[in-house]
Order: sequence, then C-alpha cells, then structure tokens
Amino acid sequence: MHDLKAAPATLGKVAFFGGIYSNHLALEAAIRLARTRGVDAMWALGDFGAFGPHPDRSVELLMEHGVQAIQGNYEESLSTGAEDCHCGYTDPRDNHYAQISYDYTFEHTSDAYKRWMGTLPKAARLEVGGQRLRLCHGSPRQINEFLWASNTPTPFIERMLKDEDADLVVCTHTGIHWQRRDADGRGVVNVGALGRPPNDGTTNVWFAILSARPGGGVDVEFVPVHYEHGLLARQMAQEGLPQEFIETIETGWWTTCLEILPARERAAGRY
Amino acid sequence: MELVTLPSLMPTPTGAFPEVPLLALDTLWFQVSGTICNLRCQHCFISCGPDNHRLGMMSLEQVLGYLEEARDLGVREYYFTGGEPFMNRELVPMLAQALAQGPTSVLTNGVLIKAETAAKLRGLQDGSEYSFDLRISMDGYDAATNDPIRGAGTFERIMQGILRLAEAGLNPVITVTEALPDAQTREGRGRFLEFLRRAGLTQPRLKILPLLRMGAEAGRQRGYAPWESLAGAHLTEDELRALQCSSCRMVSAVGVHVCPILVDDPVGGMGRRLKDSLRPFALAHPACYTCKVDGLSCTT
Repeated sequence: MHDLKAAPATLGKVAFFGGIYSNHLALEAAIRLARTRGVDAMWALGDFGAFGPHPDRSVELLMEHGVQAIQGNYEESLSTGAEDCHCGYTDPRDNHYAQISYDYTFEHTSDAYKRWMGTLPKAARLEVGGQRLRLCHGSPRQINEFLWASNTPTPFIERMLKDEDADLVVCTHTGIHWQRRDADGRGVVNVGALGRPPNDGTTNVWFAILSARPGGGVDVEFVPVHYEHGLLARQMAQEGLPQEFIETIETGWWTTCLEILPARERAAGRY
Repeated sequence: MELVTLPSLMPTPTGAFPEVPLLALDTLWFQVSGTICNLRCQHCFISCGPDNHRLGMMSLEQVLGYLEEARDLGVREYYFTGGEPFMNRELVPMLAQALAQGPTSVLTNGVLIKAETAAKLRGLQDGSEYSFDLRISMDGYDAATNDPIRGAGTFERIMQGILRLAEAGLNPVITVTEALPDAQTREGRGRFLEFLRRAGLTQPRLKILPLLRMGAEAGRQRGYAPWESLAGAHLTEDELRALQCSSCRMVSAVGVHVCPILVDDPVGGMGRRLKDSLRPFALAHPACYTCKVDGLSCTT
C-alpha cells in the first residue's frame, strides 16, 4: 500500500494512464510507447474496466509490465461487490448505459483480480522535477468527482492544492485530457483516457508523460496512441456489447454518458 | 387531485434536526433580481411576480464584492437566478465578471431573450475558458400544458427565447418540474427530448426538478404536512455530501442564505458576508425534506 504520509519517490519521467475501460489493445500500445520514451515508471489511475471487452486482459497487462496503480471508482465497486459503478452520473440516460457496462465488467472480471483491486491504494504521491504530485482518480477529495477543463477554475485549483499540500494534481475519470497550470507550473493535469477517444471525431486515444526539466519544474506531454481500434470494435461486437459503445470506438464521438458533460465539452462533440 | 387521507395518517417525526456542515463552498448562487419576475408561475416556491419586492435587485457592486470573496475562498461555479435575472439591467456585466473566474449558469424563463441579448450571451460564452450555461424553465410542450402554470401566451414566448439562443449557437438546458406528468417517467422524458429536437435543439438537454410545497405551490396543490420533516433523522456521510447545503450558499440583496431555496425565510439567513456563512445548518425547514427524500439539487 502507498502511504500518503511516507516520503514520495523522486522520478525523472513518468507515464500516466487514465481510464483504460478494458481497451487492452490501446493499453498494450501505450505501454510500448512509454517504454520507447524511456520512462522511469508507469502509473494507471484507475477504471481499468468498463465499456470494452475482456476486462481481465487489461489487468494482466498492468501486472505483466509492472504498471503501478491506484483505484478508480470501478476498482472500488468491483472489489467491494457493489451493484453499480458509482461513476457519479446524475441523469437516468447516463446511468442506463453505465449499468450495462458495469454488469458486463463485473461478470467477466475474475475473483482474484477483484481482490487485487481491493488491495490498491486510492491515492499516491510522487515527486517529479521538485514538484509534489498528488495522484488520484477523480479528484483528491472524491474518487468519482469530474474535473473537466471548463468547470475546474483557477481559484478552485488553488484551494485544492492548498488542501492537499501539493503542486500538481494528476487525475483522470472524465475521459478528456487537459491541463491548467500557473506560471510556476502548479495546477491540474487530467491525463485523459486510453479507453475511448476524447469525443473529438478521431480514433486515437491519449495518455500523459510528465518529465522533470533540467532546471527544475515539470513538462507535461499528452501522447496520442494509435492502435487497432477496428479489432477492438470486432471484439466488442463478439461480446455483445452495445452498438453505441462500438460506434464511439469507430468514430471517435461519444454516444453515451453525455449528460454529465459541461456545456463547453458537450458542444464540442457530435451528440 | 392527490389523496390526502393516507399521508395524514403518517406519524409526525420528533427529535433533533440533523446538522449539515459546509464541507466545501463549491457553488455560489446570486439572487440577482430578488423576488421580482415578469411572470407569476402558479408553482413558484417563493411566489415571484412583477409586484413582489420582498427581495430587491442586487447591484453590480454587491455582486462584484461577493465574487471577490468567492475567488479567495476557491469557489468552483456560479449560478444566477431570481425572480427573472434578465430583469436586472446589469446582468451582462455581472456574468462577464463571473465567467472570468469560473463556470457560470443563468436560470431564466427565456421570455426576455431578444436576438440582441442572445448575441451578447454568445459573446460571453466565446470570451471565457469556462462553461457558460443558460437554463430555461418551461412546463410542457404546448400552450395547453405550459400556460396554465406560467401564464397565458408564455409558451410561444419561451420557445422564441430558446430558438434565439439556438440561432446564436447556445444550447440551453431545459428545466421542467414534476408538475408535468411526463417529467416523472422515462417515456415522458423521451417525448420531451424528441419535442426539443424537433424544435431545433440538436443536442437537447433536460433537467427535471421536484416541486417544493411552499410559496405559490402551497396554494396550487398543498403545503408541507407535519410528517414531511427530518426531525430525528440520522444522515450518512454520503447523504450529507449529496445535500446541496453542504457545498453551496446563496447571496441576495440582503445577505447570505444557506441555499437557493430558503432565500425568502429567516431560517435560511446566514449573515452578511460569505465568511460568516461557513457554519453548519440544521435541516429544520420542511423543504429540507424534499432535498433529502427527492434528492433535489438545484445545480445542473
């Protein structure tokens, strides 16, 4: 277990994977990319399952490649036998598809992996380039809080960093990557998701690499991952997953769980 | 008509009212036009109307003062409401300042939104890195269902407001209360979304709100009964977090109130400045029962 009070590990270059949503093909491609970029460590920020096919395959990749991990709401729910994903949606249409996704993932995740998920911490701290990183799934205070670019303003970020005694909050949960940092590089980095494209009409997905600058500070790079999305779509169809989920993988436009989007992110999509 | 015989048999709860701490001040509401409204809706929980001046207009100076305090406290989002907020002539500069420091929403009946207003609002949206939302209330998809509640001729005028926003490239959230029977079922909500799509909203968004049995609504149907009380109730951590009074405050021309609902009742008063209002609140008002039991949240 990672103890938030223990001295954080100091690293030079770290890859962060957001929601994987059972997209094992994208995860495999991302791990390969991260390795060629010479990272010191890889971290997965939760939600390994959901949406996609064969959830155990993603867990096996994380274990095989020594990816360190914290829980997302999916791991919390799967490991405690909860009846739903606790995604944090408020609209019945969002919850309808969330339930289909969770029920499939629950049924196809092995018990041993569910138990392993229960052993993961919900938070971690690292140090990169002299900056104190606070890793979480949704937000530091709540595993399923959505931090979107358009509704996470600077004064709120400043309060969060003060409350957390941190320089950078590194999170996922929304599925769209963004960052907002001040002149000193302090702020929030949402690393996006490997599980599905960021509702932009392209088929590639994203992760983030944070690197220490020689003189101190952190560079943030969002890395696009091109993978065999057609193969993933075929596997999803074979598993009987909804056509709406497959369409997102094939087109890059979100078709479900849209009501939670703030106005600006919603307007950027097709639906 | 509702059956009142069964509820009247419910026992009246006793015991202390649970207290809700302010876990974090995330949402700040502005009652910018007080109780002054161009409509007189039959279900309005604070009985707003053209002649209700119990709560007056906020000045730009007042709003800027609270925004400054909110920035220092790390508030996440802002909502502007009334009454009808577009009756406040300084609304646009108020919104511009709010949007400079966080995501902002306006709750309106849409009737006063002319093409020129819609263009200004589009400018506000384009000028901010944060989300800007308009939320328009209506009570049906035709005059026959809407107008008895909102007033004769209002359906047409609301639809015009919605379409002007859509033409300006803004996508309002449509709010419907449970006064509309269709709002209570999945099929009914589907019909409403289809209606909005046909009307020209390509990404229709819908929010359903439960009714609050106070103000004008108490006369339209009924007020709260003695059994609708949280006396003696024990709330879990998650239940506390779900209540909006654990994360919001409302400001009006007369000071700070605990939430957007208890703005017209002394029980909701929390002081003059936001820093005075960061204390727990006891859920002693019957409207608190609606928030707890129906899961009411005024945010979008």
